[in-house]
Amino acid sequence: MAAGPSLAVWKFASCDGCQLTLLDCEDDLLEVAGAVRISSFLEASSAVVDGPYDISLVEGSITTEADAARIREVRAASKTLVTIGACATGGGVQALRNFADVEEYLSIVYAQPQFIDTLDRVTPIADHVPVDLELRGCPVTRAQLLEVLAALLAGRRPVLPSSSVCEECKRAGNPCVLVAHGTPCLGPVTHAGCGALCPSYHRGCYGCFGPHDSARPGPLVPLLRAVGSSDPRIVDLLRTFNVHDGSVVSP
Amino acid sequence: MTHRSPPSRTVRVDALSRVEGEGGLDVQIEDGRVSGVQLRIYEPPRFFEAFLRGRHHTEPPDITARICGICPVAYQMSACLAIEDACGVRVDGPLHELRRLLYFGEWIESHGLHVYLLHAPDFMGYPSAIDMAEDHPDLVRRGLAMKKVGNDLLELIGGRAVHPVNVRVGGFYRLPTAAELAPMRERLLVGLDAALETVAWVAGFDFPDLEHHHPYVALEQPDDYAVLGGRIRSTAGLDVPVADFDRAIEETQVPWSTALHAHLLDGDHYLVGPLARFALNRERLHPAALAAAATAGLTGPCRNPFQSIVVRAVELVHAFASAVDVIDAYERPDRPAVDVPARAGVGHGATEAPRGLLYHRYELADDGTILDARIVPPTSQNQSAIEHDLFDFIDDRLADHDDVALAAGIEALVRSYDPCISCATHFLDVRVDRTGSGAP
Ligand code: SF4
Ligand code: SF4
Repeated sequence: MAAGPSLAVWKFASCDGCQLTLLDCEDDLLEVAGAVRISSFLEASSAVVDGPYDISLVEGSITTEADAARIREVRAASKTLVTIGACATGGGVQALRNFADVEEYLSIVYAQPQFIDTLDRVTPIADHVPVDLELRGCPVTRAQLLEVLAALLAGRRPVLPSSSVCEECKRAGNPCVLVAHGTPCLGPVTHAGCGALCPSYHRGCYGCFGPHDSARPGPLVPLLRAVGSSDPRIVDLLRTFNVHDGSVVSP
Repeated sequence: MTHRSPPSRTVRVDALSRVEGEGGLDVQIEDGRVSGVQLRIYEPPRFFEAFLRGRHHTEPPDITARICGICPVAYQMSACLAIEDACGVRVDGPLHELRRLLYFGEWIESHGLHVYLLHAPDFMGYPSAIDMAEDHPDLVRRGLAMKKVGNDLLELIGGRAVHPVNVRVGGFYRLPTAAELAPMRERLLVGLDAALETVAWVAGFDFPDLEHHHPYVALEQPDDYAVLGGRIRSTAGLDVPVADFDRAIEETQVPWSTALHAHLLDGDHYLVGPLARFALNRERLHPAALAAAATAGLTGPCRNPFQSIVVRAVELVHAFASAVDVIDAYERPDRPAVDVPARAGVGHGATEAPRGLLYHRYELADDGTILDARIVPPTSQNQSAIEHDLFDFIDDRLADHDDVALAAGIEALVRSYDPCISCATHFLDVRVDRTGSGAP
């Protein structure tokens, strides 16, 4: 077992895609495993070491009372807590239920809703405990995950992009899908990090990295209307993967 | 293992490790016999079917992918087939072949992960693949390298490995060029060799005795080891079109799980996944995979769940070899997608996710708005069969195993189904218990 800092990976309501991204770092996995002590990573190992942990990576959002209590324990046992992905950082796709009536959802899904423990609202980790670093994306990128681990190991601040997808897209030299093909695209209001993946695959950005810090959907809305998007569709587009409250999405 | 156990006790495995998602297990023992087994799934529900209502018919591939980060392509593909069915469109020819190629990338990634990182450590006696790598670095590297070929194939066609961005109802957004696929072909051939070595390696493991007799259920097609669509068949004689899924299978809720349990209508539990596909479709495997299965001693249905690791390795051979064939035959279509104009209707779609049959059903309004959605993932279908197998496995071993040994064996058995608990908890259907209103 390596001697380095201890690492724990925690899961809340999520799809496992972000922690899988860590296992997907095939070329670097054994190297990472050599540099840190993986102390708790249930998806990868049946060996669990008690805390405290130097680094906790947290995937998923808070949807139950039990999880709200568990994240406080995780926080208390962790020196540095990093949220990984849209669920942990912004609520994730399951936060769509914040716009609906949970009782009704339960009855659509379950015959006996009384067995199901669930909160009315889905909330990101930072609504419950202080978070040291937030990684965005649904899923996070391997490069950002490795950069964060490398930076924490070296005791420096990680270098993460802060611009918008639109800027990444222009830098990549892609033709603009919105202007050239009339395809609805959230690039101008979406946080950078994916390298403008969708436009390079000839489709519009659907916002999986969440709103850019200074995102104002205001100016984008007339452009989306001009290419034929109806207002209800624009609202859907703006709030699928990262919005747990209504603030950013009134066209 | 000579420890005498008290006659009545409860064995509890709190958090299952090396499974996707969160679950645990309770076993009750009375008078020295097992009296109950509950696979507890406490992964919080995420209500996908509920919030799909009101969304547009073009959105389920991206939204339902988020049900599971390990098999997003399966969700995307079942969603596409169901929506295309509702709209009366069939996607075939080269676009269908490209979908198969993308899907093989997911089988390779998912089976590679399960065989090497999740399941093999049980047979080799390690708590994780990372610990296993300290003694057997070349083995683990071989697994990681295969998995990486799967991921790279997903990335090449889909844009990224988890939640690919290049899938849409009707086809794709951007088609790969033959020149982009050529280097992938060479890497798939290297992966094929590694998969053949994997079959030989895992076939030599020491498998605990266990034989189960549940009906196996899988998709079947006349001339392929079915992945995308087909008829729903079982080893007990079921043979229906996908549109009859509802009439063949029903789901019910149990108090200890946020995942619904599925049963055949005659009340029998059943199993989907690699063992089921292999039992029903073995002769349609790629010849390379069929030969590998034979050398591993698998010449007919395999009924020991622990041996599913061998079948997964055989399916890895199939996926690598078939992916090479798709690339060899690839001619870039003129358009990346066919049009799928919205219309009112109901559509059904089923595909073979790495863990087994995954069914989607959508009801659309004439403008494409989703009125109702139903998703039945493989793990919720398998829960009941898993509980039955655990019951038998534990009952056989109670007398001469202490709780620690028992719990380790139980966990290994649960892992052999590769349960995906994230997948299992978002199902749902109005039908199960509403009387009169809203039932499809
Ligand atoms: S952010 Fe996306 S990829 Fe990550 S766990 Fe949540 S749903 Fe999965
Ligand atoms: S372009 Fe937008 S939707 Fe696509 S990966 Fe990047 S942030 Fe996500």
